[in-house]
Amino acid sequence: MMANLNLWLIPVLPLAGAAINGFLGKKSSRRAVSVVGLVFSGASFAWALSVVLRVSAESLPYQEFFAHWIRSGAFTVDFAFYLDQLSLVMLLVVTGVGFLIHIYSVGYMWDDPGYYRFFTYLNLFMFFMLTLVLANNYLMMFIGWEGVGLASYLLIGFWFTKDSAASAGKKAFIVNRIGDFGFLIALFLIIQNYHSLDFTKVFAQVQLLSPETSGAGLLTTIGILLMVGACGKSAQIPLYVWLPDAMEGPTPVSALIHAATMVTAGVYMVSRSHVIFERAPTALMIVAVIGALTAFFAATIGVTQTDIKKVLAYSTVSQLGYMFMACGVGAFSAGIFHLMTHAFFKGLLFLAAGSVIHAVGGEQDMRKMGGLRKQIPWTFWTMTAGTLAISGIPGLAGFFSKDAILWRSYQASWVYWLVGLITAFITSFYMFRLWFLTFFGEYRGEAAAGHGHADHSAQADHSRGSHGGIHESPRVMLIPLAILAILSVVGGYVGVPGSLGGNNRFDQYLGPVFHSTLPAASEHAPGEKGASERQTQGPEPKSEASTELLFTAISVAAALLGFGLAWLFYYRNPNLPERMAASLAGLYQTVSHKYYVDELYAALFVKPLITGSTSILWQGVDRKVIDDTVNNAAEGARHVSDEVRQMQSGNLRSYAGWIAAGSAAVIAFMIWMGVR
Amino acid sequence: MSTDSWSPYILTFVTFAPLVGALLLMLFPRRDRDIRIFSLVFSLLTFLLSLHLPVHFRRAVTGFQYEIDRSWISTPNIHYHMGMDGISLWLVLLTTFLTPLCVLISWKSVHDRVKEFFIILLILETALIGVFTSLDLFLFYFFWEATLIPMALLIGIFGHERKVYAAAKFFMYTMIASVFMLAAILWLYAKTGTFNFVTIRDQIASHQLAGFPGAAQWLFLGFFLAFAVKVPLFPFHTWLPDAHVEAPTAGSVLLAGVLLKMGTYGMLRFNLGLFPEQAHNNASWIMTLALIGIIYGALVAMVQPNLKKLIAYSSVSHLGFVVLGIFSFTQAGLNGAMFVMLAHGISTGGLFMLAGILHERRHTYEISEFGGVASPMPVYATSFLFIVLASLGLPLLNGFIGEFLVLSGAFEARAIYGILGGAGYLLWMYQRVFFGKVTNPINNSMRDMIGFEKAAVWPCALAALVMGVAPILWLGAIDPAVQDALAPPVTHAVSKVVGQ
Repeated sequence: MMANLNLWLIPVLPLAGAAINGFLGKKSSRRAVSVVGLVFSGASFAWALSVVLRVSAESLPYQEFFAHWIRSGAFTVDFAFYLDQLSLVMLLVVTGVGFLIHIYSVGYMWDDPGYYRFFTYLNLFMFFMLTLVLANNYLMMFIGWEGVGLASYLLIGFWFTKDSAASAGKKAFIVNRIGDFGFLIALFLIIQNYHSLDFTKVFAQVQLLSPETSGAGLLTTIGILLMVGACGKSAQIPLYVWLPDAMEGPTPVSALIHAATMVTAGVYMVSRSHVIFERAPTALMIVAVIGALTAFFAATIGVTQTDIKKVLAYSTVSQLGYMFMACGVGAFSAGIFHLMTHAFFKGLLFLAAGSVIHAVGGEQDMRKMGGLRKQIPWTFWTMTAGTLAISGIPGLAGFFSKDAILWRSYQASWVYWLVGLITAFITSFYMFRLWFLTFFGEYRGEAAAGHGHADHSAQADHSRGSHGGIHESPRVMLIPLAILAILSVVGGYVGVPGSLGGNNRFDQYLGPVFHSTLPAASEHAPGEKGASERQTQGPEPKSEASTELLFTAISVAAALLGFGLAWLFYYRNPNLPERMAASLAGLYQTVSHKYYVDELYAALFVKPLITGSTSILWQGVDRKVIDDTVNNAAEGARHVSDEVRQMQSGNLRSYAGWIAAGSAAVIAFMIWMGVR
Repeated sequence: MSTDSWSPYILTFVTFAPLVGALLLMLFPRRDRDIRIFSLVFSLLTFLLSLHLPVHFRRAVTGFQYEIDRSWISTPNIHYHMGMDGISLWLVLLTTFLTPLCVLISWKSVHDRVKEFFIILLILETALIGVFTSLDLFLFYFFWEATLIPMALLIGIFGHERKVYAAAKFFMYTMIASVFMLAAILWLYAKTGTFNFVTIRDQIASHQLAGFPGAAQWLFLGFFLAFAVKVPLFPFHTWLPDAHVEAPTAGSVLLAGVLLKMGTYGMLRFNLGLFPEQAHNNASWIMTLALIGIIYGALVAMVQPNLKKLIAYSSVSHLGFVVLGIFSFTQAGLNGAMFVMLAHGISTGGLFMLAGILHERRHTYEISEFGGVASPMPVYATSFLFIVLASLGLPLLNGFIGEFLVLSGAFEARAIYGILGGAGYLLWMYQRVFFGKVTNPINNSMRDMIGFEKAAVWPCALAALVMGVAPILWLGAIDPAVQDALAPPVTHAVSKVVGQ
């Protein structure tokens, strides 16, 4: 037996921070608010680190019971925590990146009048996200799932006096709820069939089943429904529409919630449920197809966006698609690997974008930037690291994780691989487009930058910009940037594949979690530790390793091609894009309007729902049909209501009289009945 | 036997304490401030007294506790028979919890006929508690009708513009429906010679009642109609929005918080308790109506321009969950139904108080009159959001637990549309009232919540949180009672023998 890890501290510490700042923050100084916000999120990170140091692989999975939550008959749900290699990775990503973004926020949000509110929400988010990650059952995961949605709602709508921000927050919450529809039905199916929501209990029963070959089985249904939930939270087709709008929130929020952590919850949930998905090939295929489609589709939109944050938002949607594609081909550990590296480089890219926006006084339109590399060198260099990492330039974090996904996708089907490859090329293109537009060429903004009242600077968010021209961000913002930049560079070395001379330690580390539980594959007794063996495939044959190397070369070429094209379009010959856009006007318009999906949804769902509810249900059924029927029926009894009207004199004697008269009538009737 | 000597009398004390307060108030001089303080103190004392009930309630024991059964009138054979199980326990607590809050929220908003107002309020409380504690069908009917009059008076005297219309509609609607229940009760009395709920139940269960099979369906429907109107179940709901819009805040709180639950309580106690077979036979169409109500209520709530009407229609949706849970005949469904009743009482009560606070300042409930209210009234906005989140079913707040249990028991996936809709209409309303810039300059000068208002709303918020985090405190008593209610009829007779 191992010592008590007190896992509960990890989520509860940030909750305490949120409570303190929420109740006392308004009257406290900014400094005090910062101290509380940072200390509690930092302590959570520290505790997570200490957990990593204290656990050994043999003691995992580790469970910690806290209290009963719900009990109904024989069905119970507990507040209890579950720790395995998967939740450990997630823990470190969430608390680590989360803490860095807390630090960054001190600088970024310092001048905002809602400073204490911001830190309250941010800490609250950490609480829910960590609950999600540490849950030992689906319902507790759902607490976190809904809770991060709440935090996201609050933070997207942080500048609530702005209508677009308020609407974006609401949209995010509602679209997520549509996804939850699927999640909840999946849970009810699980309860109905397995009488529990505990991961261990459910999976133990599922493990006894063999894979379903038909598409209509129970596990397939559960898998698809879980994926519907994941589509909402992780912004996949068809529920991705909320994420680009979510950029209305302050940039640290975009980095933390809408890039590094919350939006990956769907990937985590699907991976956590891998025992179910492995037995539902149809559901798994749907995951892969949705992932691949989203990856490609969102990347194309990214190419046409001019708002620096919107580019990154679509990029996030696209990269999440990559992760789902990995899960869908059964490469869960590759998906989680990309989740981690993505948290580093996308968190970095958003924070760096925030630093750029900060520098130019609130401007987010890249067409009004340019040539910034000299003025803000730290931001430039860190962003360069992030750009190289996401584009898949060899040696950086994104390269390894993307490569792992592409290779495993190819093993499933060359179609996935091809879509992934094209997406990789587009990704590299739009990222270097962003890079060139922002940092190279001539500055295209107004002469006196800093009066920026574009977009969300309405709340004096970037009033620092008004102190003067373009300027580098304060150190408190640059340090997190630097750390994330380092992680984006070296973070991939935990998962160097065999073909490149590594032994993919990341994959091995997650081995015990994703160790295939299919009956055919498990030659060992269930109790035996699987840590020593590769879970996914045996040692690769020599020829396969060289094929893998070839594919790596192809994807690197795609990345370089993207860079080259961006260089040609946005550095060498800046007029070219406009001419291209003009000659392909129809296509360009469609893509830059995001394929008119928002408009389509509004016309198909939102408008009919509102007009139908108003004119048919309310004015029609309620008023005309029901009320008029009742009123007509009551017409005869109208004079009775005249008498009722007398009642309202407020005279207590008449009131007492009513009771007496009523009771007398009743008793008289009864005696009459009795006599008969 | 209980070692607690209070036990036989505690229900009488709790039920009639408010009435005693009302009688004392009648003797009071018309000094409004003193009347308010007295009402607050008395309703708080009643609440404290009622805390005795859950503290001494024996959770593991099924059947009725704190029972008292004295002959009251010999012809007809009416008994003063009261008792409590895990189902009625929390409904009584809900009533005693909400009443002091109603006094607080009315502190400043009622300035005419203050004395009458609080007298009526306290009488209403006694009537409501009586409904939940009566085990004699006559006594039950007496309290049932007795709630009608003070509530109609609250709406008719202290309401807004169309108060008389609303009061009359409310009164007529529910009165007429109740007549059918009265007929059913009288039939049962004529056949059994008693109003004793337990006796009648056991006679029916053991097939000792002559002529019962032929009449059973009509009896079931007689009770059901009275309850369905009260709930209100679609399509009997149209009195509710009118009554709410015109009612004073305290009236709305008790109406939505407790009065509607009389209907669902009745279904659980009488439709399920007396006529389990008919309940099963009729379940399919009742569940269909409940399901329609859940979705319909949410959709119509979404397009309401009036804040109170929006909340009223949301009640139609929430109460649909209760009916759905009851007629699912599953442990989870019934536990969930009970929990939704309590949660809805707390959060909708809270929402009506919050709506009243806005009305206090602007004398309107029209959502379009507001916008950007979060800026002048941050504390109010935060409190409102909290209750909204409870109402739309955020886990760890009370709304989630009940609806989750109902759905897992009823396994009616379409009902989830109601939850989806809940997020939609509540957040849209919230956005229109609180977010954006202040469009109407008058709203800039609105005062944030004052002490009385905080004292009324915050307990609801706290209760919503505690119920969401530790629902087990409530379910512990509900679960065995529900199990008992679901038990096949024969076991009742057996357990009664064992219990004696």
